[in-house]
Amino acid sequence: MITVESVTKTYGGFTAVDDVSFTAQSGRVTGFLGPNGAGKSTTLRIVTGLTPPTRGSAHVAGRRFSDLPNPGLEVGVLLDASAQHAGRTGREILRLTQQMMGLPRSRVDEMLDLVSLTPAEAGRRVRDYSLGMRQRLGIAHALLGDPEVLILDEPANGLDPAGIRWMRDLLRSYADRGATVLLSSHLLHEIEVVADDIVVIGNGRIVASGTKAELLASAGTHLRTRHAADLQAALAAADLPSTSTSPGVVRVDAEPELVGRLAAEARIPLIELRPAETAGLEEMFLELTADTQREGAAA
Amino acid sequence: MTTQTINATPTTRAQRTPPLPARTARIPLRRIVAVELRKSFDTRAGLWLLASVGLASLLTTGAVIAWGPDDDFTYSTFTTTIAFPMSVILPIIAALAVTAEWTQRSGLTTFTIVPHRGRIMLGKAVALLSVALPATALAFAVGAGGNLVASWISGNETIWDQDLAAVPYVLLSLTLTVAMGLVCGTLIRDSAGAIVAFFVFSFVIPPLLGLLAMTQDWFHDVQPWVDLDHQLTALLRGSFDSEQWSQLAVASAIWLVLPLTVGLWTLVRSEVK
Repeated sequence: MITVESVTKTYGGFTAVDDVSFTAQSGRVTGFLGPNGAGKSTTLRIVTGLTPPTRGSAHVAGRRFSDLPNPGLEVGVLLDASAQHAGRTGREILRLTQQMMGLPRSRVDEMLDLVSLTPAEAGRRVRDYSLGMRQRLGIAHALLGDPEVLILDEPANGLDPAGIRWMRDLLRSYADRGATVLLSSHLLHEIEVVADDIVVIGNGRIVASGTKAELLASAGTHLRTRHAADLQAALAAADLPSTSTSPGVVRVDAEPELVGRLAAEARIPLIELRPAETAGLEEMFLELTADTQREGAAA
Repeated sequence: MTTQTINATPTTRAQRTPPLPARTARIPLRRIVAVELRKSFDTRAGLWLLASVGLASLLTTGAVIAWGPDDDFTYSTFTTTIAFPMSVILPIIAALAVTAEWTQRSGLTTFTIVPHRGRIMLGKAVALLSVALPATALAFAVGAGGNLVASWISGNETIWDQDLAAVPYVLLSLTLTVAMGLVCGTLIRDSAGAIVAFFVFSFVIPPLLGLLAMTQDWFHDVQPWVDLDHQLTALLRGSFDSEQWSQLAVASAIWLVLPLTVGLWTLVRSEVK
């Protein structure tokens, strides 16, 4: 379990992380979602003790990270797959950590197998690795100590579609056997597919958090009609503010059943009526971060 | 595509032998020392730097034999000359051991596996300072070989003007030089910057201090107390009296202890990105 309590980090006058609190439960995958520059990485660095917070505290497995006697055995961390000495081979990077943590040597090959890096690839220097290979090496590194907690910053970056699928299954199986998995991403789809709980951060603040089901439920109803203006007026009369994202398409924060009844009462023919599910999280994400998101940053 | 065929399920605890270590055991310092020592030499750059120590000592020996005056071949000529390239390369290795964590960003891993920067720095210091020991042995061994070869070529009698008493002096000189490299790395935490700082310390500041001592009478007496590089070179010639030891201690406090304290203070509080 990971607990972040009222963490704030300021740089001079700039507040990178502002009173952030959330909990990542064991047995669940918690997605930490936000556009670039929202404070995800800073928060994760604070959790792992790399950045001292200005205020607040973070605990992993009930303790501050720096109080863990041999942290690698309890927490697997992958903050930046490229943050390795470019002149070392992949195998050597695993060897160093295996030795430092006091693990049996066989763990290195087990982990290389697990992430499908061949012996030839493992013998190459990280300088020559693709980003996808670095991510695999980083995952192998994080899993070396068979930890109960995983903290991964943008682990899907640079992976091919099969690799993303593999990563998702791996994280799922870890959570299913009771581990705590916290992963960050600016890719909405990635989080939507794998996470049980979602924490959305924008401009350093938590803007939404909850289970995926809760957050999707609040996505509301998607409607299509040739009488969008009439429909919006009818919804407004029932105290339901709605938005029209494109001509003839209306979105409203209410149950489809209620919205359908209102439309019927107002005698407005509908072309489409469904829970705004498929793009729900994306819309929520864009809405919540619209004013804080930098132009093109989440591309 | 290989990724589709692999089994995504992690190996279970039962499958694994031997068992993983207990989670309550703190990582011992000797393990940190061993790993940090390994990290200094497991990259191509590190390996070359290490090889260049051996290579440079052979080359300087050859240079002394080739260009030194025939009557001047003594054991100490060789050992002090060999120690010179060592006192340039070893501190660079030491500085890089610290700065790589920032420049190569491997600190992100190092400081999450051992979340106590002070312990990592202590481990690095013990590991790198201990390198002075084999380096000293190498200087005396290659120096002895050079001395024998030189007298064989020149036909003069072999002059052994150094005995075991000289060994601790050379060892201390090299150890303090390595410490200077560590200090530069700790204070600056950038590979290029740290190396430049070390070069400034060993090649720019000494002649300036020497010049100052020559032109200013008051500084002439002060120089031995503040010129660490001068003292390190003097150490190679051996036999210090008590005043020289005091001078060395004061110069070390100025150039090593003070900047190291500042460097560690900022390092522990800094952000690892």
